[in-house]
This record gives sequence, structure tokens and C-alpha cells, in this order.
Amino acid sequence: MKLKTALLGAAATLAFAPAAFAERGADGNVKVLYSQAVSIMNAYLSSGTKDVEVGSLVLEPLAGFDQDGNVIPRLVTEIPSVENGGISEDLTTITWKITPGLVWSDGTPFTSADAVFSYQYCTDPAGGCAQAARYEGIEKVEAIDELTVKITWTAPKPNPFTAFVGGTSPILQAAQFANCLGAAAPTCTEQNFKPIGTGPFMVTDFKVNDVVELAANPNYRDPAKPAFATMTVKGGGDAAGAARAVMETGEFDYAWNTQINPELQVQMEKGGKGQFVSAFGTLVERIEMNLTNPSPDLPEGERSTAAHPHPFLSDLRVRKALSMAIDRALLVEVGYGNAGQPTCNLVPAPATFASPNTDCIAQDMDGAKALLDEAGWTVGANGIREKDGKPLKILYQTSVNAVRQDFQALIKGWWNELGVDVELKSIDGGVYFGGDPGSPDTFQKFYADVEMYANNFDGTDPEPYLAQYLCDKAPSPANGWQGENVNRFCDPAYDALVAELAATRDMDKRGEIAIRLNEMLTKDSYVIVPLVHRGRLSAHSTTLGGVVLNTWDSELWNASDWFRIK
Amino acid sequence: MLTFTIRRLLLAIPTLLFISLVIFLLVDFAPGSPMSQIPLTVPPEVRLKIIEAMGANEPIFVRYLLWLKQFFYVEPLVLIDSIFGSSYSQGMQRIVSWQSRSPVMDIIVERMPQTLTVVGSAYVIGVIIAVPIGIYSAYRQYSWFDQLGTFIAMIGFSVPTFFTGVVLILVFSVNLGWFPSIYNTSLKVTDWDSFMLQVKQMAMPVAVLALYNASQISRYMRSSMLDNLAQDYVRTARAKGMSERVVVLKHVLRNSLIPVVTVIALGIPTIFGGAIITEQVFKVNGLGALLINAIQGSDLPMVQTLTFIFAVLIVMFNLIADVLYGMLDPRIRYD
Repeated sequence: MKLKTALLGAAATLAFAPAAFAERGADGNVKVLYSQAVSIMNAYLSSGTKDVEVGSLVLEPLAGFDQDGNVIPRLVTEIPSVENGGISEDLTTITWKITPGLVWSDGTPFTSADAVFSYQYCTDPAGGCAQAARYEGIEKVEAIDELTVKITWTAPKPNPFTAFVGGTSPILQAAQFANCLGAAAPTCTEQNFKPIGTGPFMVTDFKVNDVVELAANPNYRDPAKPAFATMTVKGGGDAAGAARAVMETGEFDYAWNTQINPELQVQMEKGGKGQFVSAFGTLVERIEMNLTNPSPDLPEGERSTAAHPHPFLSDLRVRKALSMAIDRALLVEVGYGNAGQPTCNLVPAPATFASPNTDCIAQDMDGAKALLDEAGWTVGANGIREKDGKPLKILYQTSVNAVRQDFQALIKGWWNELGVDVELKSIDGGVYFGGDPGSPDTFQKFYADVEMYANNFDGTDPEPYLAQYLCDKAPSPANGWQGENVNRFCDPAYDALVAELAATRDMDKRGEIAIRLNEMLTKDSYVIVPLVHRGRLSAHSTTLGGVVLNTWDSELWNASDWFRIK
Repeated sequence: MLTFTIRRLLLAIPTLLFISLVIFLLVDFAPGSPMSQIPLTVPPEVRLKIIEAMGANEPIFVRYLLWLKQFFYVEPLVLIDSIFGSSYSQGMQRIVSWQSRSPVMDIIVERMPQTLTVVGSAYVIGVIIAVPIGIYSAYRQYSWFDQLGTFIAMIGFSVPTFFTGVVLILVFSVNLGWFPSIYNTSLKVTDWDSFMLQVKQMAMPVAVLALYNASQISRYMRSSMLDNLAQDYVRTARAKGMSERVVVLKHVLRNSLIPVVTVIALGIPTIFGGAIITEQVFKVNGLGALLINAIQGSDLPMVQTLTFIFAVLIVMFNLIADVLYGMLDPRIRYD
């Protein structure tokens, strides 16, 4: 009853409030809290989510993604497609038509030259652009006329919505950044901190890693928006402190990424000053199996390389048994609550690309034991399974993180029950994800039998993500231990199918192939054992309306629609 | 005294150079890489470009020499330029943070005010509370006041600030709603109302830090007073018929203050170092938060510059403490 009334109330305010208060700047100040403080407003010089998202309040791309992952126009009249002629029949060009009359916050006209400049800015080899991947495969970007931008790709591009689409590839003002190309990019402090944009807000004060003060853009394209006259984005502290400031003390209206344990979530919701919102993107916490031998007895340079297959994880039955012994629902309950779902997929979303596979959800300890028996691993004297005199002993590594250590402990318990001896190892995130080829502890080097971390893909197209598991993408001494095929998975059929995906243009067909590729890695081979589909959890005050959590684009994607519930 | 000071100052130069080298090597050899801040969705080729643009892949001695030049030559020139409006530093490369791609010194200057107001006033308040408590505790040793003082000092000393900070937030922000739990660095004190807001937002972090400082200094004060109260000259003073007030506050206190002043002087550099934990809990975002943030992000230029500045301050205040010592106690002569 209570929930029903609350929902009805929320629906009612959503329906009537925007109409009632539709005037720019009428709602005063809105306060946003990012537990990781903002370092820079220019998304091209930082890959940090916090910088990209807060930057997106000012700098906008031509088009963005909505909460369902659909492409929506921002600075253009319509989304190009083959039907409306915006995308050429052979998929090698895409033409964007800029909305006429659009101006920057300083009042100067927004033209196609700005888009061309943004492309040059990010692809300059000396600039170190963090978002260069968005512009991969482009032959040229041209300004056909003042309001028309044409991108030509080097090869047919089934998914052309990378360049200028989404918060990670915004348009910079050519006039402001003219002297900031290439090696000069980082020296333009003033430009990087206070960029001129087309977004709903503009920066009035920027304190590095502390606070960003913004004011409504007087030249924003919708004269009624944003409802807030000013915005404060404060940074610092931790997720729990951020959640508390919204949910318990009510000092802030919105807190970003308030990933706290489920128990604390329930407790904070009792404060009644705010609510948690969650949404699911593509982030999956998973266990990766090492198909090569990480034994320290091997000489350096041969450890964890394709030269030596793993003594027991190369057996599908062992990998499958390890997966079957895990109770994913309990992991979610312990670690994420509403912000997680059990999953068996590497690609959990969008719906077109997600496999319906749910085989792994139910824990099957007996089945797992039977499978190991069948594989010849019999229980030895001390309860540890053995085969040919060798014990089944696993080194299980991950990064230092409270939830990950809980997961390690739970999974170790299940694997022990199975008769597997498990040694746990946790490594500082700075080292584990640091990619330093000199360190033995990076996740790429993988000097362990199994390891756990989370990864996702940018945007809505999983092709580059799935292409990470090609034979030649395996980290090895030859490529300085770079690459994300950490399992050293190598299947010619998989490689062939990835090539087929790259050549396929039909969306439904692409979905089928992606699902097949995903299953080859998970359900068929158990090389990757997905655990939890992790959502984004943020908190907003009960007086802040219009919040729609979006995991496909910047979380602040619709800040122009936010308003104060009175 | 002057020759002593000059000698010490000259000696400080090689010491500081050595410290800077050690810090640089330590920071560089520490595990962790700025790469870990780049999400996994960024492909390896792009990561490599980013690192190249930062200059993070240059050999270590090149980076060290460059840092030395920037710190001792470019940054002072920038300072001169900003004071006199000259343009000596035009086109020179300053020390740039890897996280924000902006000059490290500018960020430090930006952070200085909130650290000095919060941590500095906590230190002053701590001293103001600690000295009288120490005096009275020693004068009435083992009285209930002394016992209570010892108890509070023990709590202040042993309970970590991340605990007291969160307890204060839960009591005064969440339940009572008296004080904000988050420090607003954009607040400008212009009138009575904004001044009260400033006092309110400083109340909790200052209380946490002042308790910690006061418990430390009050113990020094107490033990130093106790040492002196047992001396013969105190008995002589009393025998001469002087009032207790004069004996304690004039004879004993002055002598007892000598070691305490040194301790207080040596503690001043820690003000500049900020209070890493307290700043983080209340989101004061001063120098302490800056340092910890830079360490987490493997922002080597920032960590290196900040720690070196702390080292300079510590060397300087050690010297000041030595000089003060000589001034307070005429028996101590360095020449």
C-alpha cells in the first residue's frame, strides 16, 4: 500500500511538475556529489568516468544514447540511417545535419568546422587523446557545408555511432581550442577547466579534484531548460559518505555511484530523504580461467604463455565443475543487493546481443562433484582431489576490494566443498590494473590459475569487446604483456566468427553472431565464468525530479530535465 | 647564533637534494601505474599514447633532472612573474599533474587556504586547550581533574580520527542536523551569516583534530611541569614566601615551556601536510586529500612535489625549533 501510494505520487509529480515549473533557472541550485572528484572537464584528456560525465554537462556530442541504449539526437536534426540517406548504402559514410541556429554558450554559431576540429584534436598523434578508439577506422571527416558533417570510413562500418556519439566524444569549440592541438593539449589549462560548450550548463569556477561550480547556459537550445540556475558538483570522500549526504543528512541532491553493501542500502533508505536508483549496463564481474600454465617452476617468459597448457584447467570438465559449484544468487545478495543480478553471460545487454542462457544460475554441487569424478579427479586422503598424484590446487587472485574479498571467501568455501584446494591472493588495484610489464601481479600477466575482475564495453556494440578474445590478442612477452585475452583462449572457429561479425551489416544477424560468440566463451567452454551483472547504483534526493539513470551514456545525460519537486 | 643558522642552512641544501632523490626513487619504484586509472575499455594502443603524452615512459634520470629543473628554476620564475608581472617563464614547461593536466603549484596554492584554516585552527585550538590542562594536571597530580585529563587524552590519542569523525557526523549531522557533514570550499565569508556558516562547517573537523592535537600536547606539558615542580629552585621560591601563583606560572611554567615549544614548533609542518584522514572524511579537500588522491591515482609529479615541499618544511622547522631553544634557554649556545 505504502509503496503503491509512493509510486502514484512519484508518477503524478513526474507528469505535472515539468509543465508547472518550465522556466530556466527557476529552481535555484542543485548539488551533486561525486565520491571521485573531477580532475578535468575535457573528456579527450581523461578516461575517468567522473571527468567524462561532469564534462558532459558542458560539452555535448552530436548524438547520445538514451536509457535503453537507443541513439538520440542532441545537436543534429535527426539520426542518420540508410533509409533517410544519412548512411550510404555501402556503409562507408555517415552524414550528420546540425540543427540550424545552434549557438555555443558564448553566443557564437556552432558549425560543422567545430566537429571537424574535434576529430583533428583527438586523432593528433602527439595529443594522447584518451578517446581515440571512438575515431578508429575513419578515413576523413569533412565539413560539406556550415551545417553538414560527413565521416568517411576506411571500410564498411556496421556501427557508425562511435565518432561524435555519446559523452566520450563531445564537440570542442574550434575557436577556443585552436592553439591546443597535439603536444600543446595539456598546457591549455584554462580551456580544459572551463570549456565553452553547448550543454545545459557552463563552468563558472573549477577547483581541481574538489568542486565545479556551474551556471545555466543562457544560450541553451531549449529556452525553458535547465530548470536549475546553478549546479555544484562537489568531489571527494567515499561511496558511503556520498550516499549518507543524500539519504541521511539531505545536504546533497544527487550522489554518483553509491556502491555500498546491501545492508547499508536498506539502513540508509530508512532515512527517507532520498532513494537509490539502479540501472544495468554491460558490466560483468567474472572469473577468468587461465588456459596456460602459471607455475613458478617454468622459466620467466614461458610462464602463463601458450607454450605450456594448464595442467588441469585445460580440461573443460574441471572448468565447468568449478562454475557449477558457485551460487551466484547468494553472491549478489551478499555483495550488491539491488545493484546486481546473477548472470551466465559475458555480454549481458543490450537485448539484441544478450544470450538467453541461464544454465549456470542454479548451483549444482552434486553435479560438479560427479563431473570431477568423471574427469578422473578422485578425493584423496585429506579431502583434496587428486589425479596421477597431483592435487587439485588453485591460486585465485583479484584486486583489493571489500566485495571481491567476500566473493573470494564464499567461492573458496564452495570449491573446498568440491574437494579443491584454494589459495587466495588479493593485489592492490593500482598494480593489478596497472599493466606494468615488469610486475608479476598484473591481471594481464595472470600468474595464477583463476582471477576475478569486472569489465564492460563502451557503447552498445559488443564487437570490439568480443574481438578481444582472438588468438593473437593474448598477452605474452612478445607484445609486452598487453591485451585482454587473459585466458590465452584460442579457437580458430571463434576467430572466423569474429571476422564474420565484422562483415555483417544486418542487425539481427549481428545479434545472432554475438550471442554465439558469447556462448563459445561461456556456456560451451567455461573459459570465462560470469558471476554478477553489475548495475550502477546512484542516489537522489526525494525533492529532485526528472532523474533517469542511464548506463549507455553519461549518467548526467538528462541534467537539463532535472527539476525541484516542490 | 647567526653563524650557526647560516651553517645549518647551507647544510640543508645537500640534505634536501638527497631527500628529493630518495623521494623520487621511492615514488617511482612504488608499485602502481597511472595506467590503472584508465578503464579497461580503452584499447592498449591508446593507453600507450596516453602514457607517452604524459612523458611517463621517459627514463627515470631524465624525469628526475627535468623535475629538478622545473622545481628549482621554472617554478620560482613563475612565482616572480606572478608577483612582478614579468614574463621570464614564458613558454617554459611547468610541473604538470598527470591527473588534471594542470600545473601542480597552482593546485597546491588553491588548496592551501582550506588546509590552513581547518588544520591550522585545529592546531591553535589544540594548543590553547592543552597548555592549561597540562599545567593544572601536573599541579594537582592524581586529582580527579588529572585522572579525567589523562582519560580524555588517552581517548584522543588512541581512537583514530576516521572513527571520531564518522561518529561526529552520525550524531551532529545525521541525527541532530546541526552541522554540515561536507565542507563547502566555495563558501566566501562576506558577512555575519556566511561567517556563521564557515564556523559551522569547520566545527566538526576542527573538533576532531583539536582533540587529537590537544591530547598529545597536554601530555608533554604535564610531564614537563612535573619534572620542574620537583626541582630545588621551586622549593627555594616557596621558601622565599612567594605566592603559589607566582611559583607555578612564573618560575615553573617558563622552564617547563622550553621542551613544549619545541614540540609545538616541530608539529607546525604537519599542518601544511594536512590531515589526510580528517580531510577525506569531511571532504575538506585540502593538501592531505590532494596527496592521498595523487597517490591513489599514481600521479607521480604531484606526489613528488608535495612530499618534497613537506620535507623542506620539516627541515626548516627543525632549524627554527633549534634556534627557538637557544633563545628560550640562555644556557644553550651553539657557537
